[in-house]
Amino acid sequence: MSSDTKTLDVSVWRGDSAGGKFERFQVPNQQSQTILDVVVWIQQKIDPTLAYRYACRVGMCGSCAMMVNGEPRWTCRTHVLKVIRDNRIEVAPLRNLPVIKDLATDMDPFFTKWVKAEGVFHPTSSRDDDIVKVNPSSDDRILADAAIECINCAVCYASCDTVQGNPEYLGPAALNRAWTLVNDEKDGKRADILDAVSQRGGCHNCHSQGSCAKFCPNELSPITSIAGLKRETIKSFFKGR
Amino acid sequence: MLTFRLFMLQRVTALIMAPLVLGHLAVMVYAIRGGLSTGAILSRTQGSLPWAIFYGTFVVAVSIHAAIGVRVIAAEIFHMRGLLLNALSWALCAFLLFAGLRAVLSVTAL
Amino acid sequence: MIRPHRKHPLWLAYILHRLSGLALAIFLPAHFYVLSLALTAPKDLDGFLHWADKPLVKAVEFGLVFLLAVHFFGGLRLMAFELLTWTKDQKTWAAASVAFAFMVAGSFVLRAI
Repeated sequence: MSSDTKTLDVSVWRGDSAGGKFERFQVPNQQSQTILDVVVWIQQKIDPTLAYRYACRVGMCGSCAMMVNGEPRWTCRTHVLKVIRDNRIEVAPLRNLPVIKDLATDMDPFFTKWVKAEGVFHPTSSRDDDIVKVNPSSDDRILADAAIECINCAVCYASCDTVQGNPEYLGPAALNRAWTLVNDEKDGKRADILDAVSQRGGCHNCHSQGSCAKFCPNELSPITSIAGLKRETIKSFFKGR
Repeated sequence: MLTFRLFMLQRVTALIMAPLVLGHLAVMVYAIRGGLSTGAILSRTQGSLPWAIFYGTFVVAVSIHAAIGVRVIAAEIFHMRGLLLNALSWALCAFLLFAGLRAVLSVTAL
Repeated sequence: MIRPHRKHPLWLAYILHRLSGLALAIFLPAHFYVLSLALTAPKDLDGFLHWADKPLVKAVEFGLVFLLAVHFFGGLRLMAFELLTWTKDQKTWAAASVAFAFMVAGSFVLRAI
């Protein structure tokens, strides 16, 4: 696990949607270095044409996720020491998404699926109405709370083999978002959401591999949310829709 | 490629099979003692309506369940879609139904 | 070679469930064919059953019983997780279903020999 040598052996994927290959860089080994630090160092000191994406650097914006040594990770909060193997690091663009250039993926399919899963809030009142209080200890709110801290980083989406095998599949993040809204008492279209996640590519494609929950940097459990959606769609099926 | 309908069929057939598999496992562990013979099998099953219903139901459920399972694998791993995928699913279901019901008939008919 | 993002218990439980299901689907036609010999060619069936007494065949049968049992227990775990409320012990239950399957296949093979 430890790296005592002065330089890190870093392989970075270079290319675009047509294809590409790994390029090796020697990067100075510094204390408390994150994978994002390494990528930034390469771009600033060796090759300014290296393309990648980040914004906040503190694990809030969800834009810097990449494959690090074969696992999807938020690179700004991933320490080199935690993932380095034999002094080598391999950085690649997120799986299951089209590559724009180098480490930057096209997130369009990912966000399109959020909308497709009805992962958008459906208000029940307007700005003229009083704010309705939500009881934080109600059963529904507890379920919603468990799943709301998603930062849209697509780590779960990249870890999911069901997404890989079935490009139509909405994926863990979008379905997790839909589950929070199903449990949101202020959302007015619960039935529409359940309908949206029951279409082709919906929650019923999930094979409960659980990679989403294993890799989620915010320790959410999309697999649990998806099981909840399956349960609620079955319930509403038997109630007759 | 699981639609909601296929998902439900998969779960319903699984639930139907759950007690049947348990029974089948018990029968196997019980009957294997001392080796199997055609006579020993047939003496239990021939002319037995309960066994015909037990294994007949099993065959119907497993044919649907296996066809859906193989369909998902064909779609996800071999990227089969559309007409070909439907044809494969139906063909497997029909083949298993035919072969399975024939087998049940063979050991239960008088 | 299992790729890094797949190296965790629930993914392994998933692949075990998928492969055991596929293997059972492939085995079923042969199983049905042998049984239907009871009607068409009882002598062949007896010959087959006699052949099946060999130790190597018993080892294969252990494998088949294990496949059925592990698909059964694994499937029950999945449905319990989907239909009832998710519990945090899924990894334990996944491991337990493998253990149960070994137990069933083990008692089968112990009675067979």
